[in-house]
Amino acid sequence: MASLREIKNRIGSTKKTRQITKAMQMVSAAKLNRAQTNAQSYEPYTQKIRDVVASIASSHSDASHPMLEEREVKKTGYVIITSDRGLAGAYNAGLIRSLIDTINARHNSSDEYELFVLGRIGSDLLKRKGLEVRKQVTGIADSPSFSEIKEVTRESVQMFESEEVDELYLWYNHFMSPIRQDVTEQKLLPLTDLAEESINQSYEYEPSEEAILEQLLPQYAESLIYGALLDAKASEFGARMTAMSAATDNANQMIDDLTLKYNRARQAAITQEINEIVGGASALE
Amino acid sequence: METMIVDVVTPDGHVYNGDVNMVSARAQSGELGILPRHIPMVAPLSVGSVRLKDGSNVKLVAVSGGFIEVRSDRVTILAEAAEMPSDIDVARARAAKERAERRVAASQEEVDFKRAQLALKRALTRLEVAEGDK
Repeated sequence: MASLREIKNRIGSTKKTRQITKAMQMVSAAKLNRAQTNAQSYEPYTQKIRDVVASIASSHSDASHPMLEEREVKKTGYVIITSDRGLAGAYNAGLIRSLIDTINARHNSSDEYELFVLGRIGSDLLKRKGLEVRKQVTGIADSPSFSEIKEVTRESVQMFESEEVDELYLWYNHFMSPIRQDVTEQKLLPLTDLAEESINQSYEYEPSEEAILEQLLPQYAESLIYGALLDAKASEFGARMTAMSAATDNANQMIDDLTLKYNRARQAAITQEINEIVGGASALE
Repeated sequence: METMIVDVVTPDGHVYNGDVNMVSARAQSGELGILPRHIPMVAPLSVGSVRLKDGSNVKLVAVSGGFIEVRSDRVTILAEAAEMPSDIDVARARAAKERAERRVAASQEEVDFKRAQLALKRALTRLEVAEGDK
């Protein structure tokens, strides 16, 4: 049986760990709140662009744009959104695992895809698995502004425009609830699902539909990446909050168990001591 | 006087939301003046300031591109970045302007030049909007 002192030390260190996990849980809860507000304030922007693009797409005009047309796929681009820091449960690992499964199933060689990774954990994991990361962005703020990630969004959308990649997928954890995040694959480009949306507005286009699509579509595609990032941030904090609350619960359980053990050991020591005294006394009689 | 609702939206949220009598903006095809009950329209904007007229009061908003969507009672401006005069950091804008000027002078390649020119235009717009408010 472990000595009294050993048990006491373990109780002490577990209590310290609990303090940290509890603090992180509360910080994540606050950040989750912020991230959800951010995601909400972004929503009207993308909604509006989607309306306009959809109304152009459904106006049965001749206007077309490379971003609206499917072409033969020779190379696929993936934009992967992970976190910079760990301690978020299976947040990153789950995403990367299903990404790698998908890549293995879809592609025969590494020439057929390009990876853009946001977040350090994701790019580290991918590199460790031997995948080549074309570009990585780290140090993204907890509530990122659009200008912060503009470079990576622009670059990935330009890859599509210059036909370096023929389709672009977005991988991130979609926020369902604070305790549930779903790994999501979203096809970013070409934009194919727009025409199906219902339209209640028709517009005059100045100067022309083509000119508007020219400007609108890259802006839309980039804003979708930003939207996914905000979503992923909310998921990250949700995942971290859940992971940390589980860790705090575990620490509590462990402290209870250890305290019980400690009391038993103390009781045993006292009993032994009494026995020894009684034994010693009776030996004198 | 008749008014319409103007909404300036960026990915980071609403920048301005309110009733005005007239909106004038610089579209890529030329200057646009929009009064209430305008025909529904969509037009891309160039980098510049948008003027929102409310009675005798004129508000300026610095807009970096994007586009304008007009409906009879509502105007929405969607831009990657937009700022009200009160949100503009004049010192920073001035620094950005100087940096952009140097880059315009120094850049050799076509792409770099264009990019530097756009940055310069954004900085100038910001300064113009910030100073127009005084």
